[in-house]
Amino acid sequence: MIEWLRKVGADVIDNLAGIGYALAMLTGAIIGRPTPKKSFPLFVHQLYVLGVLSLLIIIVSGLFIGMVLGLQGYTILVDYGAEQSLGPMVALSLLRELGPVVTGLLFAGRAGSALTAEIGLMRATEQLSSLEMMAVDPLRRVVAPRFWAGFFSMPLLALIFSAVGIYGGYLVGSGWLGVDEGAFWSVMQSSVDWYDDLLNGIIKSIVFAFVVTWIALYKGYTATPTSAGISSATTSTVVTASLTILGLDFILTALMFGG
Amino acid sequence: MESRKTQIWVGIFVVLGVLALSFIALRAASGNTATSGETYTLYAKFDNIGSLKERSPVKVGGVVVGRVSNISLSGEYYEPKVEMKISAEYDQFSETSSLSVLTSGLLGEQYLGLQPGFIDDTVGMLEDGDSISDTKSALVLEQLIGQFLFSQGND
Repeated sequence: MIEWLRKVGADVIDNLAGIGYALAMLTGAIIGRPTPKKSFPLFVHQLYVLGVLSLLIIIVSGLFIGMVLGLQGYTILVDYGAEQSLGPMVALSLLRELGPVVTGLLFAGRAGSALTAEIGLMRATEQLSSLEMMAVDPLRRVVAPRFWAGFFSMPLLALIFSAVGIYGGYLVGSGWLGVDEGAFWSVMQSSVDWYDDLLNGIIKSIVFAFVVTWIALYKGYTATPTSAGISSATTSTVVTASLTILGLDFILTALMFGG
Repeated sequence: MESRKTQIWVGIFVVLGVLALSFIALRAASGNTATSGETYTLYAKFDNIGSLKERSPVKVGGVVVGRVSNISLSGEYYEPKVEMKISAEYDQFSETSSLSVLTSGLLGEQYLGLQPGFIDDTVGMLEDGDSISDTKSALVLEQLIGQFLFSQGND
């Protein structure tokens, strides 16, 4: 009994310490005197690694998800003679939900795992310690550019995903299944709202970007410096980030569209 | 050279993102296009507004001229009162104009149909803050069915 209580206590303390450490890591990385000359090239390079290299998977999956939405939506809507509503259905589901969420999941798998593995290996091979020996703060030099790059690139990726998806839905719906082209765009325009749909979707993707990048960096930074440790940290990044995205998405949806 | 290539790709990435945003903003989404710019306000009381909502369109012969901006109950009999913003471009509706709650298609959204009235020397024009008194309520399907069944029973 006492042993069980001790375990519960130890778990809680570990978890709280982890959250505290993650917060300390983040503040250490992003708060401080900005050094644009030194850190901007690092930022651009990470933007390339995280953003540009994720472009292909985002565009391809966006196109296919949009096309599937078009196909599925059409077969359901045509029963009610409401196939003109295909446009808003595709656009709203992409902008509100699928764009931010699927991009977040793909980003966690494609870029988050790579971040964790990279930083975990830096820790295992004691590159981070050597940086400290040279009086270079690894938080500012290694973590900060990666954090900002992830934070900046994921909303852009989500926008690209939604745009490509809408175009995919248009290709299938209008090009193949014969929904009137004018109706497709005009009905979409009249039911998609700047603020309600577009802005809220962007806010969602910004929140997910923050969470995914943060989790990936934290898991890598605190990985056990062995090959097994790095492998489990990478797995745990993808799992934790995906679950956090799905959970947060429910809360954000309830706040934005539920009331 | 390596860094130059990276920079070009990052540039392409950012431009793509901005293009996606403007594509969505211009092609897929819209602000209130029908009521951007100058508007004036009209009021109307109904017996029943059905499922009319804020931002429902006000149409003249199918053309959107404004939107419903507020719905509330008013007066001592709690009549539904609809406030709508009409584009200032269309400011020549006479006081004899009538409003009805219509439905687009069988299952579609409800909207307000504005039927312009006749114009002669004795009737004035609707201005900002005026009320339209000639209104027709929404058709409520359950009431129609009820009336139909009732009339069937009389035979």
